[in-house]
Amino acid sequence: MKKKLDKLAELLFITSAIICVLALLLIMIFIFYKGAPSILETGVFKFLFGVEWQPRAEVFGILPMITASVLVTIGAILIGAPVGVLTATFIVYLAPKRIGNILKTATDVLASIPSVIYGFFGLMIIIPFIDRFLAGGAGGNSILAAIIILSIMILPTVISISESSMREVDISYRDASLALGATKISTIFKVMIPSAFSGIMAAVILGVGRALGEAMAVILVSGNAPFMPDSILAPVRTMSANIALEMGYASGAHQEALFGTGVVLFVFIFIINFIFYIVKHKGGVKN
Amino acid sequence: MKKKFSAICILISVSLLLVGCGSANTSDKTVSVVGSSSVAPLAEYESENFLRVDKAIEVDVQSVGSSSGIKAAIDGTANIGMSSRNLSEEEAKELKEVVIALDGIAVVVNPNNKVKNLTKDELLAIYQGKIRNWKDVGGDDAPIVVISREEGSGTRGAFEEITGLEIEKNDKKYTTVFSRAIITDGNGSVKQNIALKKNGIGYISVGSVDDSVKSVAVDGVLPTEETIKAGEYLISRPFLLLTKGDPTPEAQAFIDFILSDEGQKLVKEHNYITVN
Repeated sequence: MKKKLDKLAELLFITSAIICVLALLLIMIFIFYKGAPSILETGVFKFLFGVEWQPRAEVFGILPMITASVLVTIGAILIGAPVGVLTATFIVYLAPKRIGNILKTATDVLASIPSVIYGFFGLMIIIPFIDRFLAGGAGGNSILAAIIILSIMILPTVISISESSMREVDISYRDASLALGATKISTIFKVMIPSAFSGIMAAVILGVGRALGEAMAVILVSGNAPFMPDSILAPVRTMSANIALEMGYASGAHQEALFGTGVVLFVFIFIINFIFYIVKHKGGVKN
Repeated sequence: MKKKFSAICILISVSLLLVGCGSANTSDKTVSVVGSSSVAPLAEYESENFLRVDKAIEVDVQSVGSSSGIKAAIDGTANIGMSSRNLSEEEAKELKEVVIALDGIAVVVNPNNKVKNLTKDELLAIYQGKIRNWKDVGGDDAPIVVISREEGSGTRGAFEEITGLEIEKNDKKYTTVFSRAIITDGNGSVKQNIALKKNGIGYISVGSVDDSVKSVAVDGVLPTEETIKAGEYLISRPFLLLTKGDPTPEAQAFIDFILSDEGQKLVKEHNYITVN
């Protein structure tokens, strides 16, 4: 009887794992099946490097969207990653336990806020601010607004993963360093952070994935103009925003082109996860 | 090309459907309503409510575009054609038309904006990015923030068609809207953006204008129910139902329902202007 129960439980676990993998496979097949023909029909080069997006005339070029996604993501990482990593460092090594706990709770809450709320906050607070003080009344829906919102949104990911990787570092490293006469700060920057480096990189790369994929908050603040940005205050449309914005009404070739955008986004995400895997794996070997 | 092909496909399938229904002797209980993609959501909504009034009549709504709808009505492949544009003289000779609703699009700016009137040409130039400062149209010296809707939106389609922002080249329709224009989804989102930006300009359904924004007159005419009903306001269009000769009793029953108080209440719910 006990053995049977054991077998049953095992079956349950295997089924769950299979469902998980199957879901991934199905999504992949579906997106490529729906999107790849459109890319091929337009021509891979024309689709990826075309700068005109005219759905009614069936002209589909997504270079402006790719550029926007890359710029916005880089910007969000440049701000979000250092802030996140330093916060994690503070929580792990410097903060008194109580303050550390408060910070951790705050991070968790930050992670659970729905993205539309971030977007709304951006629309009501950040955009008018940019409009008034930086853009001289020319709008405010811009790359900059999207970067600010996204850099806040990736914080929880960056903080929690770098924090756990820092906690994995053997505490005796720190004691040894301190015993050799190094100061607290130089111990953190020269010993502890380098030891947790692969984990911190993994945190940053997951942050990149989050920033690249976010649509809802970005739609509300980025302006969604499908053209090549010429300044940080220009309105832009990211790939994920393009899909979410137009899918509602799209049909025929237009809808297929949106799935095509999805394919390109998927390839980007895939590459990022691949890098994530390599970084983690490399770190594992070193330890 | 693809659109035409699918329109033909639908026409064929509609006619096959009718033939099929005929042999099953139920055609007298089915009303096919074919045409404009702007009218279709309203017609669909009306038909759902019509079902409660008369369960025996089945209304089948197909969205294929105004021109295909007019053609279907002339050919007799559809009991009722739907159009969101006025008929040409030739088309009008062949068909009977009933106006079921009016759609007006208001051009709106921030309540603090001084500009009260824009000509059609000024509006076109603003949306094409040729005029980029309010002082060129009688306002303050400030940049114009152009706000438009997402591709596929019916309001955007109508706005571009009526103002001439949409151009046709080699049988394909291109938009000439300034590519730097901010794109938002939904009337509500346009209003919110305009209310927050003192230099913004956008367009929304007349039915959803409120105090957060200010309508500007186009060619001297403000968008009100009266001016739209009188045909004086430029950016408006009728929603037409078309029949070849007298409609079948079932089609007539559906049209009567839309024109009834209950049917017109549904028109209002969709932010369109009623006809009686």
